[in-house]
Amino acid sequence: MSKSDWPLWEVFIRSKSGLHHKHVGSLHAADAQMAIENARDVYTRRNEGISIWVVESKNITASNPEEQDSLFDPAADKIYRHPTFYKLPDEVEYM
Amino acid sequence: MDRSLFNYLLRLADDSLILGQRLGEWCGHGPALEIDMAMTNISLDLFGQSRSLYQYAAQIQGEGKTEDDLAFLRDSWDFYNCLLVEQPNGDFAQTVARQFFFDAYQFMLYTELKKSDNDQLAAIAAKSLKETAYHLRFSREWMKRLGDGTEESHTRLQDAVDKLWRFTAELCQMTPLDEEMIEKGIGADLNVVRKEWDKEVDKILTEARLKLPEKTVMQYGGRNGVHTEHHGFILTDMQYLQRTYPGLEW
Repeated sequence: MSKSDWPLWEVFIRSKSGLHHKHVGSLHAADAQMAIENARDVYTRRNEGISIWVVESKNITASNPEEQDSLFDPAADKIYRHPTFYKLPDEVEYM
Repeated sequence: MDRSLFNYLLRLADDSLILGQRLGEWCGHGPALEIDMAMTNISLDLFGQSRSLYQYAAQIQGEGKTEDDLAFLRDSWDFYNCLLVEQPNGDFAQTVARQFFFDAYQFMLYTELKKSDNDQLAAIAAKSLKETAYHLRFSREWMKRLGDGTEESHTRLQDAVDKLWRFTAELCQMTPLDEEMIEKGIGADLNVVRKEWDKEVDKILTEARLKLPEKTVMQYGGRNGVHTEHHGFILTDMQYLQRTYPGLEW
């Protein structure tokens, strides 16, 4: 039973009802059940969460860092996409 | 002072303290980082439980002592923990088997103690039960993984079960103290605990493809302060600082 035999899992924790799950880190585990238990022990020791998601890291498809220019740079000068040109009535306090 | 209640509390606390100390020996040595964390988390839970129980015991004792006095300044013959929890960690399989036998016992025990007429004990049991439910889940899953795993893991766990089985009858051994505590509505009926413990152990051993040793001479003594040779060494480690520097604080 060597740790290197165990696949890597990504861990997502929801800290409060109503909030979304946030990526907190990764760990090794033999299967999903063990991954949840390990996540509980490694990432929720200080009262961090009320819900855990785990997903095997190999199931995540990531964007290619080399394509950063074509993927993200074009959005940099499109300020009209930000909803900052509207005047908010005073009655709407929080937006 | 209510000596019976005092001794009863010590017995409960000593089980948790000694097992917590044993598990703590894994800190930094676990088979994987995740398992290392799990075992030390359990260890800390057990220390927390023993602390609540010792605090209450010290209050019953009424001599102005603290939980630290009870944990660090008693000698081996004044400890009432069962022999199972003082057994060495051995390999991971042996630690898992010891943990499973004990967790199953403690889970059923706290389930009963939650109903105690003694409010403080009932509250400690209720709080501890949540922790113990997780401990049992951890050790139960590892029993199945190792027992029904590879040939090596199976052999190692079977060896551990063979080695530790002789310490299991003591867990639910009814003593005059238990009879008295049941009569007063404070303590747990260990015959009830035993029944549930048997069910859980049978079920998991079957799932884990493990067998019980055929001939076993059961070992007793811990509840009377008579311990195996390992106990003194645990206390030497655990009590060293307080014995050498009395009153030392962090």
